[in-house]
Amino acid sequence: MSSQVLLGQLLIGLINGAFYAILSLGLAIIFGLLNIVNFAHGAQYMLGAFVAWMGMTYLGIGYWWALLLAPLVVGALGVLIERLLLSRLYKLDPLYGLLLTFGLALIFEGIFRHLYGVSGQQYSVPAALTGGRNLGFMFLPNYRAWVIVAALTVCFATWFLIEKTKLGSYLRAGTENAPLLQAFGVNVPILVTLTYAYGVGMAALAGVLAAPIYQVSSMMGSSLIIVVFAVVVIGGMGSIMGSIVTGLMLGLLQGLTKAFYPEASNAVIFLIMALVLLVRPAGLFGKEA
Amino acid sequence: MKRKSHAAILSGALLSLMGGPALAQGPAKAAAPKAAKFSDDTVKIGVLTDLSGLYSDLAGQGSVVAAQMALDDATGGTGKLLGKKVELISADHQNKADIASSKARTWFDVEKVDGIFDLTNSAAALAVQELGKARGKMVVVTGAGSTVLTGKSCSPTGIHWMYDTYAMATGTGSAVLKEGGTSWYFLTADYAFGHSLENDTSAVVKAKGGKVLGTSRHPLNTADFSSYLLQAQSSGAKILGLANAGGDLINSVKQAKEFGLTESGQTLAGLLVFISDVHSLGLETTQGMYLTEGFYWDLDDKSRAWSQGFFNKHKKQPTSVQAGVYSSIYNYLKAVEATGTDDPATVTQHLRSITINDPIIRNGKLREDGRLVHDMYLLQVKKPSESKKPWDYYTVKQTIPGDQAFRPLAQSECPLLKK
Amino acid sequence: MSRQRWVYAALLALMLVLPFFVQDTVLWMKVMCFALFACAFNLLLGYTGLLSFGHAAFLGSAGYITGHLVKELGWPTELGILAGTGFAALLGFIFGALAIRRQGIYFAMITLALSQLIYFAAVQLPFTHGEDGLQGIPRGMLLGVVDLNSPYAMYYTVLAVFLGGFVVIHRTIHSPFGQVLRAIKENEPRAISLGYDVNRYKLLAFVLSAALSGLAGSTKAIVFQLESLTDVQWHMSGEVVLMTLLGGMGTVFGPIVGAFLVVMIEDYFASLGEWVPVIMGCIFVFCVLVFRRGIVGEAAALLKKKR
Repeated sequence: MSSQVLLGQLLIGLINGAFYAILSLGLAIIFGLLNIVNFAHGAQYMLGAFVAWMGMTYLGIGYWWALLLAPLVVGALGVLIERLLLSRLYKLDPLYGLLLTFGLALIFEGIFRHLYGVSGQQYSVPAALTGGRNLGFMFLPNYRAWVIVAALTVCFATWFLIEKTKLGSYLRAGTENAPLLQAFGVNVPILVTLTYAYGVGMAALAGVLAAPIYQVSSMMGSSLIIVVFAVVVIGGMGSIMGSIVTGLMLGLLQGLTKAFYPEASNAVIFLIMALVLLVRPAGLFGKEA
Repeated sequence: MKRKSHAAILSGALLSLMGGPALAQGPAKAAAPKAAKFSDDTVKIGVLTDLSGLYSDLAGQGSVVAAQMALDDATGGTGKLLGKKVELISADHQNKADIASSKARTWFDVEKVDGIFDLTNSAAALAVQELGKARGKMVVVTGAGSTVLTGKSCSPTGIHWMYDTYAMATGTGSAVLKEGGTSWYFLTADYAFGHSLENDTSAVVKAKGGKVLGTSRHPLNTADFSSYLLQAQSSGAKILGLANAGGDLINSVKQAKEFGLTESGQTLAGLLVFISDVHSLGLETTQGMYLTEGFYWDLDDKSRAWSQGFFNKHKKQPTSVQAGVYSSIYNYLKAVEATGTDDPATVTQHLRSITINDPIIRNGKLREDGRLVHDMYLLQVKKPSESKKPWDYYTVKQTIPGDQAFRPLAQSECPLLKK
Repeated sequence: MSRQRWVYAALLALMLVLPFFVQDTVLWMKVMCFALFACAFNLLLGYTGLLSFGHAAFLGSAGYITGHLVKELGWPTELGILAGTGFAALLGFIFGALAIRRQGIYFAMITLALSQLIYFAAVQLPFTHGEDGLQGIPRGMLLGVVDLNSPYAMYYTVLAVFLGGFVVIHRTIHSPFGQVLRAIKENEPRAISLGYDVNRYKLLAFVLSAALSGLAGSTKAIVFQLESLTDVQWHMSGEVVLMTLLGGMGTVFGPIVGAFLVVMIEDYFASLGEWVPVIMGCIFVFCVLVFRRGIVGEAAALLKKKR
């Protein structure tokens, strides 16, 4: 394989990695603070894409507004889910949170399949981003360049928010000792709700980013969710930087696999997950539980 | 205490093992009805399809609608054939072969269904055809593509009605070659179905003087095809052959457009594309793509007239699978009427003796291995500007006669053929 | 407790005479296979406190092994089933050895990852025939004398397998070994401090659970005469969790009830259309929120209150 083609594959891997990063970040945040494995993440990603599509089809709302709107709408749904359902489970084994969100995923996907079928809906690349650039070693669609920029910006903004701001410090304190934080007068339940909503909103944002390039259908999240879980587990559930870096790394690794041995490109992530869990169970960047 | 209950359970187990052989000779449950003219005085038809999963758009509820239409048309709206009631039931196999198998078993053994139709999903179709073979019942497959149905697993009362992977591959391959597509690159779903599409197409491309410049095998349910599209582009092939289906197909086509494959001179050839896929992708993305189908609603006046009836009920134009369900049930009922019995062997024999021509199937001949050979069509997706009405998606480039499209009888591994 | 004995006896009697009253014996055989699967799963979840999200790997791979041996190599049915069970036990040993080192969510994720690898293998390996599935598995003759093509013979064989598996689980639960498992579930550090080698106990429980799941899978492959990718997908792992949760984890009969309900719902709604996943999802949510002890668990609690 020529170095030119290899370079192209690496760039593509990086772009996919950014996508994994934004999805796994949402999951990592939710797990970090709420100790809940949000199995509904894939369905919420799908909802984000559908909100964008519905906005376009029924209300004429364009892509750029959808980027703002979809996370807000789906995030609001997240608030409802957390307040009404998840909050009842905090005192219990985290297993129940996993099962609840698993059930929610089935419900959301079933409803949307009933409403819109499985083949998917049309959603085009926004006019400003069509076409592409010939970089010499490959043709890079403008939209893909935008995806990597947008995803990485959101990821780093989130990291900054959590690691460098006061709000973020409350969040981090909450993951370590919630009652103590509450004793200091911080409204922990609201913090938790907002955290869940934020994570869900990130999933929805990823959905909007995906809508022009991946099939917008009720099943779009279910094939992706398992891979994203693997990414989060490899990175270390609850580690912010870990999720970002792991997402990018795995995207690159998968890109290389696709270039040399494509048949294994889905399996390779699970293989790595199994290996990492054996050697470093808390993940590459996580703290030992 | 516990020991006593264990003893009870163990003796129950022993009893079962003894009871089993004793009763193995018991009343035969699934005895085929003795040469009654009409078993239980009804003709019962079952449509077993995917109502909730991956194939629900290309078959699903539309297949049930088509089936009902066939029943109405064949009985002239009376619901009766030669004085006997004709019934239709349907169920969702949820894309699971074991649900299909147990439903079919219940239908055949308990509900006395005479024939099962549609069967979208190869594993389900193969499982039900096996059952049909064992019980001597009618199984007509329109929604699955596996050539094993008319190969190793062929059944004397099993018919493969619409398309199969060989016809799609060979039809598209040879027809696209004629249009000038002489060099190919394949994007293949890495499992048996994808491989067979790729192999059959490669074979015909090479046999007719074309070249295969490379292939990328991707895992099932891949979301991102950019790596593979990059490799396809750098190969310089004129045609990108898509040996995948469903979500993989849709993502490949969408991203091919995004990466400007058409602008850089490559044409797409979808090896298993249905009108529901094109509808969901839109003409902007799919324009120029080649594909082969066994039916297109806008083919001629006959097909248009029939499809209008379907559209009025289902609000979408029919896919070839749904149309095939209509055609297979309609012709089955007509054969029952002509022979005066619903005995599967007699009906199948009758169907072999006639040429089938209806709004959907043209020049259809049923072969000994269960393969219905009929005309297929090479289609090209229109540009958005060329489309004058809703669902006006295709230009018919060539009509491929059945004997050129389908696998020759000599190559079939069907055991029934060994004389 | 004689009440419990009456329940056992009544259920046993019911199951023995069932084929004479119902026409669709295959459906009941399916119930029994899944009931065995769920009971085996419950051994791990309800009694040892380990949530595995990869049990489909045992169900499906055993089915493929049995199917292949019986169909392509002409093995006798009972040896085929034993081989499938043995393979599942071996796989369970490997998975278990790898997964046991971790707890809680991490344990679940490892099992998920490992079962995904089995899924990919199943898609690729030629002998499984991938999407087409392994079809036409002959039922064969049990022990060379009983023709399993007869619905009665097959039913009673499945019943015997189910009862056998159930007895093994029952004995395990009520043995000292089972007590230790429960101790591990309730308070692992305490169990360690008492001197128990918890990892060995967990591993053994895992292998047993895997083996019996494999037994269920192998038997199911013979009953349906086919094996498909559905049985190795992660959704199947989710289904068995649902059955156990719905029926009541940590109860003896719970998984049986759960399996019965889930199989019946799937079958019933198959005729009605497409709502099965949504219904399953609603059941999940409902059970987790208000019905955590499951049907049998809630019923038992109710009975206790009445006393």
